[in-house]
Amino acid sequence: MKVGIVQFPGTNCEYDTQHAFAALGCETQILWHKEDTIPQGCDLLVVAGGFSYGDYLRSGAIAKMSPIMKALNAYADNGGKVLGICNGFQVLTETGLLPGALKRNEGLHFISTHHHLKVIQNDNDFLRHCKVDQVVNIPIAHHDGNFYIDEAGLKELYANNQVLLKYTDASGKIDNPNGSVDSIAGICNKAKNVFGLMPHPERAMEALLGSDDGRAMLEGFINI
Amino acid sequence: MKAIVNVFLKNGVLDSQGKAVQHALSGHGFESVKDVRVGKQIIIEMNESDAATAKEKVAHMCEELLANTVIEDYEIEIQA
Repeated sequence: MKVGIVQFPGTNCEYDTQHAFAALGCETQILWHKEDTIPQGCDLLVVAGGFSYGDYLRSGAIAKMSPIMKALNAYADNGGKVLGICNGFQVLTETGLLPGALKRNEGLHFISTHHHLKVIQNDNDFLRHCKVDQVVNIPIAHHDGNFYIDEAGLKELYANNQVLLKYTDASGKIDNPNGSVDSIAGICNKAKNVFGLMPHPERAMEALLGSDDGRAMLEGFINI
Repeated sequence: MKAIVNVFLKNGVLDSQGKAVQHALSGHGFESVKDVRVGKQIIIEMNESDAATAKEKVAHMCEELLANTVIEDYEIEIQA
């Protein structure tokens, strides 16, 4: 299993992501944004978190113009699996691989905390090891995590089981930290090969550090 | 030729920054303030002589990068 991890200027979660997938037994490779091809044999591409291009203009906006994004788009169009975490999620909505957009948090503050999430759908590679309605504890760290989609788009997300995760409290009751539409924390595309979420499963790999709930999520991509 | 691009959140998309500024102004005694919207202005110097061509190119830039049309609207003004 080989995981490619996309790195832009300002990406800062690439080594955490590398550590997480290495801990799951994967071969990993950091892919600098100026690369214009995806290495042969990549089973998963991760667009890691951080602040690509300093979040200038909009989070993820300038990153979408990078050479590697053309290759990533082609990879996804061919059915390749792509996971965008935090800034990676913003990049994937900016490119149009995922619907909607991420706005400034409703309370305008940067939020950095552990937060609970409820699994809404597990009929996909990402969350196949989780149960529907299972509550997981995963760190969030973002300023622009307020997921927006118009009403028609939201309906379509639900109709195709594309709403994957919602922000809740520990009991599974909706607890929306950032103003996201329907408290949505993570989605996938219609074909269910492109995934995006604001929370950081790669930071929830060790119980000693607060939670290892991210492990089962990332393991979903392995040995399919 | 110069292009002035104004980008704002669409009507109906909550402008949290605008609301915060509005509350701050009201709190400072500017009672006549009814609504505030915060956007951004992008000023582009161009090597173009034809205003229509310039506007068309800038519109393309807005669609490609300068605005996220899922949540934002843009206005373009061309100055000689």
